[in-house]
Amino acid sequence: MVSPNHPDTPGEAAAVSGAPRSLHDVVIRLAGNSQDGIQTIGGFLARLAGRSDQDVMTYMTIPSTISGGPSIFQVRMGTGDILSAGDSADFLVAFYQHSYESHLHSLRPGGVLLYDAAHVAPNPDDKRFTAVGVPITTATIEAVGGAGKDKGKNIFVLGLLARIFGLEVAKLAALIKERFGGRTEDLVRNALLAFDAGYGWPGESIRDIFCRFDAAPRATSGRPQVTMDGNTALTYGLLAAGVRHGAGYPITPWSSIMEMLRTELPKYGGLFVQAEDELAAISYALGFSYAGHLAVTGSSGPGLSLKMEALGWAVMAEMPLIVINVQRGGPSTGMPTNVEQSDLLQAIYGSHGDAPRVVLAPKNVEDCFHVALEAARIARACSTPVIILTDQALATRIEAFDEPDLPALMVAPGPDLAARGADFKPYPLSGLTRHAPPGARIGTGIYPTVSGLEHDEVGHPTGNPALHQKMTARRREKLKQLGDTLPVPAVFGDEAGDVLLVGWGSTYGPAREALGRLRADGMRAGQLHLTHLHPLPPQLDAIFARFRLVLVVEMNDEGLYGYGQLASLLRARYAQPHIRSITKTDGLTFRVGEIVDGVTRHAAYGALRDVHP
Amino acid sequence: MSAPSLSSAPAAAPRAPLTKKLLTADHPTWCPGCGDFAVLAAFYRVLEKLDYPQESIVTMAGIGCSSRFPYFVNTHGGHFIHGRSLPFSAGVSLGRDDLHVFVFGGDGDGFSIGGNHLDHVARKNIDLTYVIMDNSVYGLTKKQTSPTSPLGFKTKTDPTGAIDHPVNPMRKLLASGATFVARSHATQVNHMIEMMTRAARHRGFSVVEILSECVEFFPGAFDAGNPRKGGAFTLIEERKHDGSPEDAARHDVADEAAAFRLASLAWPGAFGVFYENNERPTKNALEAGLVARARERTKGATDLALLQAAFARLR
Repeated sequence: MVSPNHPDTPGEAAAVSGAPRSLHDVVIRLAGNSQDGIQTIGGFLARLAGRSDQDVMTYMTIPSTISGGPSIFQVRMGTGDILSAGDSADFLVAFYQHSYESHLHSLRPGGVLLYDAAHVAPNPDDKRFTAVGVPITTATIEAVGGAGKDKGKNIFVLGLLARIFGLEVAKLAALIKERFGGRTEDLVRNALLAFDAGYGWPGESIRDIFCRFDAAPRATSGRPQVTMDGNTALTYGLLAAGVRHGAGYPITPWSSIMEMLRTELPKYGGLFVQAEDELAAISYALGFSYAGHLAVTGSSGPGLSLKMEALGWAVMAEMPLIVINVQRGGPSTGMPTNVEQSDLLQAIYGSHGDAPRVVLAPKNVEDCFHVALEAARIARACSTPVIILTDQALATRIEAFDEPDLPALMVAPGPDLAARGADFKPYPLSGLTRHAPPGARIGTGIYPTVSGLEHDEVGHPTGNPALHQKMTARRREKLKQLGDTLPVPAVFGDEAGDVLLVGWGSTYGPAREALGRLRADGMRAGQLHLTHLHPLPPQLDAIFARFRLVLVVEMNDEGLYGYGQLASLLRARYAQPHIRSITKTDGLTFRVGEIVDGVTRHAAYGALRDVHP
Repeated sequence: MSAPSLSSAPAAAPRAPLTKKLLTADHPTWCPGCGDFAVLAAFYRVLEKLDYPQESIVTMAGIGCSSRFPYFVNTHGGHFIHGRSLPFSAGVSLGRDDLHVFVFGGDGDGFSIGGNHLDHVARKNIDLTYVIMDNSVYGLTKKQTSPTSPLGFKTKTDPTGAIDHPVNPMRKLLASGATFVARSHATQVNHMIEMMTRAARHRGFSVVEILSECVEFFPGAFDAGNPRKGGAFTLIEERKHDGSPEDAARHDVADEAAAFRLASLAWPGAFGVFYENNERPTKNALEAGLVARARERTKGATDLALLQAAFARLR
């Protein structure tokens, strides 16, 4: 971007650059403390990109402490598909010495370090970066005045960045007014004062790092772009899917979904119950579903474990239900504000007995919306619990995407209380389960029971061994049949060749970027991303057979036998020994480079094996 | 409980009154002589008396001998997991104000594995009726100590006699915030009918504890409350508010402190209505209020318009 420069020597090296540099895609990492409002400016930048029809993705870490602690927000915006939040930053804004020390490694050589000269003393001998000091804290205090101390220094930085990147001031000012406008006038005034002070900062040194942000608007659907995080997209997906009832218990990072549902559902005539615990939460939700309202419950890792007993009942009674699991680092309380994909096997096999259920995973923020609709569709059609496996990274990161076609997608809610005919049986041995919610008259005069006991076709208990076998098969076969109807997932990149990257959930973006690099390096590579994890879609074995190596990329441990959770499943299902694993458990999303390195490692090993069979 | 409110419900056709014959389902699997038979017989009579539309009645239960109840009653209903039938049934009640929700369970279901759920569904005052058939022993699993087993009671898990202090059901129910709390005895059919009927008519969380003897594993457990076995079935005299001098000595069911005093009487205690609070709103009503206020703010916008507006704010 710009060549290394000595810090704190305004003007001296200004001759290095003439005109501002042009760039298409920029990664900015803001590092400070959680109370500094860096999420707020990150959010502004993301929404600005969304409103400018640019692509955007963010990444954040939040400390799991109650208040305070180091925190970062990384935003990447630009043209074309932005698939990951970026392996390394072009710009690092460091608010404190600890921010500088902890995050300098994330800045690429030649990148720009923008630091608060009031708090940070960078190493003057480090010539890898362009270091620019601005007294962010003192300048904010001078600009805003009053008793707010350094409140607003985040907005000051936003002003600086707007100047450096030539961002659209009118749009940013509008965002600031929208964000703070609902409160006191002082707040808006102070925010704008801080913004202007940052924008008009006279320091010569920052002029060296001006860039022309040259991101052409992308082709769109004609619908405007919306900008939100994954939990928000999932919540709105549920609303579009006609889900009007739910229950939950607070746990990070699931809580924001329940908070939004608690606020939104009454507007739609529904309600969300904050239950006394996870067990009660799924029980309430099943009560709603039994009453004819497809309901949602959700949690994160340990909470999902607590729901497993009732989930077994839902499988036995064949009750439609949506269960969201926002995965985090486990086991136990683990790494509650970090990401992991280690609940796949729990989602598929957790609970007791033979209890088949459906498991889906969204690949990005936009997909969170659509997977909620798909979960509701399947839950209703197959009268089954459906688990949505999202994760901490998807839950909190912000992306821009085209507003969905809401009029076409909305599903009407409400129970079907029509009287059931003289042939009504909720659990017919041949045919799909059809519940009659209470309130529906039953033509046979024999009212059905829903039960956790093995039961006959009207739901009454039976100890008949042959019937248990038949009913177990019914519950299995309906999901096998569902699997047969699922679309065969598309392969991106090469249809056959050296390596197929297989992923699920939020590894989609980094894996796609890795695919681009592998192919640029001359490898014949493809990518297959799975949304339906249980049952699996058809014909995967044929796709796998076209590649020399199938590498499953997932954020969980390789386990005792050397394979991640999805890789283990795929090996068991397809018995293809060329299915292998790229895994990691550092609590952070995959960097593109990590996947490329993993592929290289496996390919080298494969080459060795070819030479010495 | 409230009248049907769902417009999609089929128009009510003239119907025959509910009879025991219509309400009878599977033959009970209880042991001969079990107190639960009498509770079932009383419940049929209660439903005949209330004469709700058959399809609007929901009979739920958890796990245990008494929790087989819903299979013997021909209404909608079911058999949920151990201890959690209350939150399940609370979902049914909150989701559908047109239904009449009855929940049956035992002392293990209500006071042990489901103790926390009982506290919270009671405190939320969710509109349903809960009948606890207390036999002071785990019967289905063949004689282990239950949360209401008296000290010294010998079971397979306490072969030398129970050593853990038992739960006082009435005190627990009062403390949990239930708005209707009553107690009965399975040998007193008319009293059970009266208590269950009043509980069903109460708006909010109503609970009736019924001492129901397990003849197999704890015979004679409740003889002290059975006049035919030499015990005393002491009825609570309720205040009539008639201004008479003797009325002051009667129990005021709205007086929570007085209810706690009754609940603390020595075994076998008193029977009847301990507490009734008709002032505290139900969660059903409070949630309906939230919906009404939200709808007022959004001026009755359609679901689609609401969602479109939400997305517009995220542009």
